[in-house]
Amino acid sequence: MTAELVLQIVLTVAAALVGVGVFGALSQQSIVMIMMGFELALNGVLLGAAAAWYFLAPQSPDAQMVVVVALVVMAVEMAMGFAATIAIYRARQVDMVDMATDLQG
Amino acid sequence: MTELSAWTVAAVIALGGLSVAAGVAVFVVDSMARATFALLASFLAVAGILVALRLPYLAFVTALMMTIEMALMAVFMIMFMMNPAGLMPMTMVHNPRGSALLGAATFVLLTVGIWTVDWPARGGDVPADSTRQLGEAIMGSHMLVMLVIGVGLFATIIAGTVLATARGRYDRLGAELDAARPDDPVPGGLPR
Repeated sequence: MTAELVLQIVLTVAAALVGVGVFGALSQQSIVMIMMGFELALNGVLLGAAAAWYFLAPQSPDAQMVVVVALVVMAVEMAMGFAATIAIYRARQVDMVDMATDLQG
Repeated sequence: MTELSAWTVAAVIALGGLSVAAGVAVFVVDSMARATFALLASFLAVAGILVALRLPYLAFVTALMMTIEMALMAVFMIMFMMNPAGLMPMTMVHNPRGSALLGAATFVLLTVGIWTVDWPARGGDVPADSTRQLGEAIMGSHMLVMLVIGVGLFATIIAGTVLATARGRYDRLGAELDAARPDDPVPGGLPR
């Protein structure tokens, strides 16, 4: 198999992860499950960046830095998501996004 | 030709399939605890691909971080979810058809791009030690990224604490922090 074909296969896997993550983030009602959708999409970003590093530009550390940033974004998203979940649950016993419609137009 | 051996390519494809299958399982299984571990399986499969792509350090960080993160997530599942064990079948979704459509459209859009772009040839060889390359970038040419990440994580610590704190000192002692006696649910707390 040529390197380009393997790159395309790995990127397709990454695209599938992003697609499933988008579906999960849009369709789930529970706040925790929505966060799992985000995590899955970020998982795809991580994989895509790693593939770009190995197959396209291994001499440059840029793609590795993208992987690091994706990992940090996952951690921040998780921490802030749970903090917001605790805050809104404590205030109003809300644990589903359909119950928090204050900003609905 | 790629430097990856046929066995490595086969392992990468198998792990890729596993990661997508586990990702789909996250939103299919009834139990939210099972969904958490399906997500963990997806992350571990991606970490395996990173090992095959000669990024052992990032693979290790991904596996370690996600294992702990999913363990924490399981705790939150049990705290907040009405059906953590999946004992009764239930779905908690809104607009599943539109969401599936958008998810599929995202995948198709990305895939069409992936398979139609004329990818450039690889520039240079894979370095012997990718971890060294990353470390030198973090402490040198890409230090600004790490500075931003550091400030962002610190802000996250503060914001997370503020959001998760039930009653802070302003609740107890007023906006000016000058109340003679703290306003506590159970009186007798120490003044400032």
